[in-house]
Amino acid sequence: MTDTMVDGTGLVRVGLRVNGEDVTLVVEPRTLLVHALRDELELTGTKIGCDTSQCGACTVLVDGRAFKSCTLLAVRMDGAEVTTIEGLADGRSLHPIQEAFADQHGLQCGFCTPGMILATADLLGRDPDPDDEAIRRALAGNLCRCTGYQGILASVRAAADAVRTPA
Amino acid sequence: MIPAAFDYVRPSSLDEALAELADPGARPIAGGHSLLPMMKLRLARPSRLIDLAGLDLGAIGLEDGAVRIGALTTYDELLGLGEEVPLPGALRDAAAEVGDAQVRNAGTVGGALAHGDPACDFAAAVIAAGSTLVLRSPDGAREVAAEDFFVGPFTTVLEQQELLVELRVPVPAPGEGSAYVAFEDPASGYPLAGAAVRLGRDRGCTVGLTGVGAQPLRAAAVEKAIGDGTDLGEALDMLGLVSVDGDGEHRRQLACVAVSRALEAARRRAGA
Repeated sequence: MTDTMVDGTGLVRVGLRVNGEDVTLVVEPRTLLVHALRDELELTGTKIGCDTSQCGACTVLVDGRAFKSCTLLAVRMDGAEVTTIEGLADGRSLHPIQEAFADQHGLQCGFCTPGMILATADLLGRDPDPDDEAIRRALAGNLCRCTGYQGILASVRAAADAVRTPA
Repeated sequence: MIPAAFDYVRPSSLDEALAELADPGARPIAGGHSLLPMMKLRLARPSRLIDLAGLDLGAIGLEDGAVRIGALTTYDELLGLGEEVPLPGALRDAAAEVGDAQVRNAGTVGGALAHGDPACDFAAAVIAAGSTLVLRSPDGAREVAAEDFFVGPFTTVLEQQELLVELRVPVPAPGEGSAYVAFEDPASGYPLAGAAVRLGRDRGCTVGLTGVGAQPLRAAAVEKAIGDGTDLGEALDMLGLVSVDGDGEHRRQLACVAVSRALEAARRRAGA
């Protein structure tokens, strides 16, 4: 049995890697991952949209797979590798998926974009050459309320091309 | 939305987890995608969460003519299984219908069944496949037919100090075909009506329904109507289904179409 309680406080200590750095969170067991990322680690790229695991704005990668961080408890992330939108770019050079969303007008207000991009990262990690149906299916859990989805589809197609054949 | 406060433990063995569940305020958590949303709405307020993630309950195997599926297998893992694992088509259909990619990454097959949602896609397929569920308590193991597992909305035969640990899904017989078809609520993704049909080579069939009753159920009257070629709607009426939210007639019609389409797909897969 793991014993991570901080004596007498009701708080738990959670050790995880976020965007390649080891971090220790001291949180209540009820703290949601999205709140830990935004409020404790000040990684506000991860958005809170619906807060009911429908809209996908809070999507992050946990051990390479896309999850809705509004529906994960931070305490359960002990030992996990979490990647947020802040962890994708290499210094000042954007990740190819970010590049593709910018080039193909895959965003307007940008609120859904971090989630869209991380869901895309999960998809392309499994299927480097997805057809449109596979893209739609992979992004079904990510809602956009302004751009519409055609630009997003084009962005994912371009991202897949870029990831397969790096410049 | 933030859940009410609770204590958290992460046992590393099944026996430890079962011992922890002796506390009547304790609830087990698997993928957490059914329980946590209810906790955020404070519809569920466990005082203690028993995290099952440290348990070894995710194995897939073949034994005695059945596919054994560990309860902590996620939908995504299930869908990733190759054709060499002889899963009934209805199970793959239903797993693919669940939520979205992120939800399928998190949600476990055992967690979903134990949650007992009356509109659980996977439950209909598990019932139609003739599956057996393996439950473990401090007193030992027992096996329950999937069709007897669900007893009401969010209520199963599971005791407080008992966990669903494994699904045993019979390997489809030669010439058998099965399929699951659902009409989803466009906002929530949950099925308004879902039907799984398994058609045997002898033309006998098994039907599991979800979304249309107080719990997922086996629909013997519908099976008989399919066999006799009589009206599906009348068969559904004979089941005395409870409408969850007042649009019973709508759901009844959707259920008829779902059954017909699932039957058609099962027939195709059976090669008839």
